[in-house]
Amino acid sequence: MPDVQIQYSKSASMYQLFFRKENDQKTTHYCPGCGHGTAQKLIASVIDELAIQDRTVFLSPVGCSVFSYYYFDTGNIQCSHGRAPAVATGIRRTLSDAIIIAYQGDGDLAGIGMTEIVHAANRGENITVFFINNAIYGMTGGQMAPTTPIGVKTLTTPEGRSKSRDGNPIGMCELLASLQAPAYIERCSLSTPKQVLRTRLAIKKALDYQVRKKGFSFVEILSPCPTNWRMSPLDARAWIAGELEGDIFPLKCFRDVPQEIQPDSLSVIRPDIVTLLTKDSILKTSYDGPPRAPKYIKIAGFGGQGVLSAGELVAFSALEEGFNVSWLPSYGPEMRGGSANASVICSDEPIGSPVVDCPNVLIAMNNPSLELFENSVTNNGIIVLNSSLVERKPRRTDVKTYAIPATDIAKKAGLVSAANVVMITALAAITGFLHVSTVKHSIGNVLRKKLYTDKNLEIVENTLSYLREKEMM
Amino acid sequence: MNHVEIHRDECKGCAVCVAACPHGCLVIGDTLNLMGYQYVEFVGNDRCTACGLCFTVCPEPGALVVYGMKKV
Ligand SMILES: Cc1ncc(C[n+]2csc(CCOP(=O)(O)OP(=O)(O)O)c2C)c(N)n1
Ligand code: SF4
Ligand code: SF4
Ligand code: SF4
Repeated sequence: MPDVQIQYSKSASMYQLFFRKENDQKTTHYCPGCGHGTAQKLIASVIDELAIQDRTVFLSPVGCSVFSYYYFDTGNIQCSHGRAPAVATGIRRTLSDAIIIAYQGDGDLAGIGMTEIVHAANRGENITVFFINNAIYGMTGGQMAPTTPIGVKTLTTPEGRSKSRDGNPIGMCELLASLQAPAYIERCSLSTPKQVLRTRLAIKKALDYQVRKKGFSFVEILSPCPTNWRMSPLDARAWIAGELEGDIFPLKCFRDVPQEIQPDSLSVIRPDIVTLLTKDSILKTSYDGPPRAPKYIKIAGFGGQGVLSAGELVAFSALEEGFNVSWLPSYGPEMRGGSANASVICSDEPIGSPVVDCPNVLIAMNNPSLELFENSVTNNGIIVLNSSLVERKPRRTDVKTYAIPATDIAKKAGLVSAANVVMITALAAITGFLHVSTVKHSIGNVLRKKLYTDKNLEIVENTLSYLREKEMM
Repeated sequence: MNHVEIHRDECKGCAVCVAACPHGCLVIGDTLNLMGYQYVEFVGNDRCTACGLCFTVCPEPGALVVYGMKKV
């Protein structure tokens, strides 16, 4: 007897375990019989087949499929409501090899995101949009969508959608097909196994067009929402076949005209523009010294301590020394008071995400910052703390701690708000990862009030004297 | 022999696969799984063609695995 082999099983493009809620989920969060699950499995199996998993970026929308990033073992971005086509455009212009999938519901795409999809289609972006039309807002409990058929009762149309009051349902394929640029537009359905197989073909064609740089591809998928339609999963599928596929949303290919995209026109990184922009710049655009360890820096304190500008000071200095740099501020609504922190990454390599969860340098300007971030510092990391305000020593024994009375040093020089400059000077002098001369030079770039430049430079010198006196450098 | 392996605790009992199978190989059983759903059972020992339709229509990524004799 020949061996029995696996013919169909979970896609390699989906995680084996989903790290949602508990760490070992195997099921999705979708309701029983929801079309999102089927559509996403089809997409995953095509990603496998085209061998594009390692360069796919999956854009989740707002809506029931917001959590898609828990399922797709690809690049993932969760976009603001309706904005996936704009995000896709940004990725397209920077990563020419990425395969970009915008996955959007009908509230997301045809409601709040109508502008983005129309313009992305009109530009003929080489991206793929999967439009899951379940004729309702699923996640929020069943309100009318732009695609809800006339007469259908929803939470917001308790007597049924009315043409005179609510307008007709919008056919997105028809609308986009009025534009010249799109390469491929097709409407499919998940109503029957046969239609599911056809949908897979359309998904494959759409992604294949993108791989071959043939332009904008758009697949609308009529998809059941048994929960908000208040139907069984099987009745919901029958309702699609009987009510949606007919006159309202006919299943067909609306456009199949592959475009020739000029690869160069997609890139924003044009050497001539880079030269133009950097010609007179102090910034190094390249660095050819020995490799430097990346720094993941968290600077935290209360608002008004200059935490964010401390981050800018590090960022500007690192730029000047040829690092790739990201700076990400985080603060509450208060202008003064409250707490604030800045995440700064300095790396020889390109930076994928500006988020710093586990810093290898923590600059703690006050007590709460040490409480909040001490445990997140990596093994052998560095904590620089403002000992004028931080009352306790770090509990961690696997990190190096430097206590600098920053507020006192700044106050003594008559500019208490410059405690941040003391801390950054100390960081540079102690670790040597930035030259103090570069920091001094950057102070002028960062300071809002130029009046205080000299004062700040004096404070840098005072800090260096303190460090020498304490034999910290 | 062609057959479908059911991961009972990943099945939400929606019966979409049951309706999709051209040979009546799947039924919803009486027992509840860990999520509280009556999950699907495979009863198609001689009839299953390993066509994969049940897998393809099922909304859950890993509830079903289809085994067959044909070479992959
Ligand atoms: C800016 C903004 N406006 C409104 C909402 C509320 N909201 C969340 S999901 C949603 C609609 C989702 O419907 P759809 O795109 O059809 O996706 P489904 O849930 O049906 O898959 C709305 C209006 C929000 N989260 N953000
Ligand atoms: S509410 Fe509707 S669209 Fe959302 S998960 Fe449930 S069935 Fe799917
Ligand atoms: S593989 Fe095909 S024949 Fe076998 S159970 Fe599934 S749908 Fe039925
Ligand atoms: S195996 Fe899938 S399609 Fe079949 S009942 Fe379970 S969840 Fe539904």
